[in-house]
Amino acid sequence: MRKLMFLASLIAALPVLSRAAEVRVPEKSVAGQSLTIVVTGPGDGVLYLIGPAQVIQRVVRPEKESQVVIKGEELRSAGQWTAILRSGNSSQSQTFWVAPAKPENLNFLARPSRVPVDRRGVISGMAFVFDAYQNFVLQPVPVTFSLSVGGTAASQTVTSRNGVAWVSSSSARKAGAAQFVATLGEVSVRRVVQQVASDPCNLRMHVTQQSKAGVVVETDPIRDCTGNPVPDGTIVTFTQTDSAGRSTVDARIRKGIARAELPAAGGAHITVAAGVVLGNELQMGGGK
Amino acid sequence: MKYLLPLAFAVLTVALIAAGSVHESSTAPASTPEGAVQSMLHNVQARNWKGAYSYVTAGSNSDAGSFQRDLQGRYSSLKTYSQLETINTRVLREGENEALVRTELKYSTAVGAFYDTRDLKVVRDGVAWKVLWQSEKEVSVPPQVIPVNYLRWDIIYRGAGDDWGAQNVENPHVRILSMNPTEHDGGIIILGEIENEDTVPAFVSVAATLINKSGQDVAQEASFDKTSHVLLPKEISPYRIDFPKMKLADIKSVRMKPDSMLVPASADPVIGVLHQRVEKDNKGRTVLRGELLNESGQTVNIPHVLATFYDASGKVIWVSDGYVDHALLPQTPQSFAVDLREELAAQVHSYRVTVNQYSLTRGE
Repeated sequence: MRKLMFLASLIAALPVLSRAAEVRVPEKSVAGQSLTIVVTGPGDGVLYLIGPAQVIQRVVRPEKESQVVIKGEELRSAGQWTAILRSGNSSQSQTFWVAPAKPENLNFLARPSRVPVDRRGVISGMAFVFDAYQNFVLQPVPVTFSLSVGGTAASQTVTSRNGVAWVSSSSARKAGAAQFVATLGEVSVRRVVQQVASDPCNLRMHVTQQSKAGVVVETDPIRDCTGNPVPDGTIVTFTQTDSAGRSTVDARIRKGIARAELPAAGGAHITVAAGVVLGNELQMGGGK
Repeated sequence: MKYLLPLAFAVLTVALIAAGSVHESSTAPASTPEGAVQSMLHNVQARNWKGAYSYVTAGSNSDAGSFQRDLQGRYSSLKTYSQLETINTRVLREGENEALVRTELKYSTAVGAFYDTRDLKVVRDGVAWKVLWQSEKEVSVPPQVIPVNYLRWDIIYRGAGDDWGAQNVENPHVRILSMNPTEHDGGIIILGEIENEDTVPAFVSVAATLINKSGQDVAQEASFDKTSHVLLPKEISPYRIDFPKMKLADIKSVRMKPDSMLVPASADPVIGVLHQRVEKDNKGRTVLRGELLNESGQTVNIPHVLATFYDASGKVIWVSDGYVDHALLPQTPQSFAVDLREELAAQVHSYRVTVNQYSLTRGE
């Protein structure tokens, strides 16, 4: 009879003995906003929250049911989190997702940093949308790109896809430091794309001085085909061929023109070139 | 007996030290014209300038200082960093009191050997022969102000504080204009030209990889000093890449790899290359001669000449280079000569000379 009583008591106590710890996580949570996790269990335990590059630990003492509140400033990383409640020899876990907060930051890649003028589709801008905690924001948001140089500006609004918005643009016909700006709400990021003169166009030279010592030749102001001055320091090669041989001077453009002093020689033939662009030719002691 | 061995070793040590201290810089009077030249030059080799000058006749137009500067170099030129390595002499003409001796001197330097050939006049001075040294005319630049207002390029690179999206300054765009492989002296040589087509200065290097018929890389070389490494905007430089002990017949293709890097640079100095002509030197070799004119106000210590030779179709058929052993003083012409392969001389239709410069006073 005594044995029977013990067995009945054991069966009656089983639901209590087998009651394990339990973790309940919210269905929706957002980075930067507080989060409540409900924990139930038979006794003391430790709650671990493991997220992307972040771990939070709490000691819990649930009698029946306990609420663990994680403050918004603690919950910074968006992505998949795992809540593990360790109590005695048992552990329970749940997985939940934390969404990014509202978009607040932009990272802006603008390429290239330097580009010749008047080229189609050579400038690309790519903006990556992030929240205040540098979580990648995957929801579509409008990003405005504007490219301005020398008083002319072009603007385009692009909706991001999977957190990325991009645009490609042609370089302007005017040289200068183009301001390439990506804007998201009140946030804007600025990059500089240097638009530089293209190859020289219609390169021409003339004689400015001629004496027994030599001949000085000088180019007209050197511009590219859209009228931008070719930068100072660009090499312009003057070559003189005469009976004494060949003389070359790699002159630098200075204040828009290149100038060289060549040896005096009757009947000399003078050519000018900048890179692979050839200019006019002069025949000394004869007609041009 | 027990002191004999230590004594013998002591004597031997003293004898060896004495032998090691004896230089070939003997200043004994020379009994032959060739002997006078050789003795003088051996003293030069040993940097015994006083001993060398003792073989110079009083009738020379040179004092001891300028004689030393002639042979030691001036203005931190390549010659000042060189060592006279070999001396060859040959009597061209010998009379009772006068002779002409050809000397071929080979100097070794960090950038390779350079050669100096001189015909020295030797005269009888009493019982001995002495060299009539004709000193180089030392050029002095008249006091003047040469305004140098060329621009220079400085660069601000991206810093550690910039966000990861901030673009760095773009490397310059360079383009290989031509590439011609050829075979010479049992090796393959890749010749061509490269242009900096950007608006900023570039540090350029050109490398090539040879690929054999089974598609494997068999050799890789770079142009090293057979190119101008710093190219200003729109500047064109030749390049030459040598692959010794390789045959074109074994090669399927060549992969070229031009690299460029944005570097701070100055547009100064401008060096004109005047009166270039192809002619024979006094040894009968075909050379490209000319004069370099430093148009800036600062001395260029070590000029390096690169010559590109083209055939009638404008193809690069050879690239030759040479270091000039004299410094380029401002506004002062300095002659140069670079070799041209004999078998190519007839094919050369035109040529172009560019000059690299190494100056102690400039950082770049």
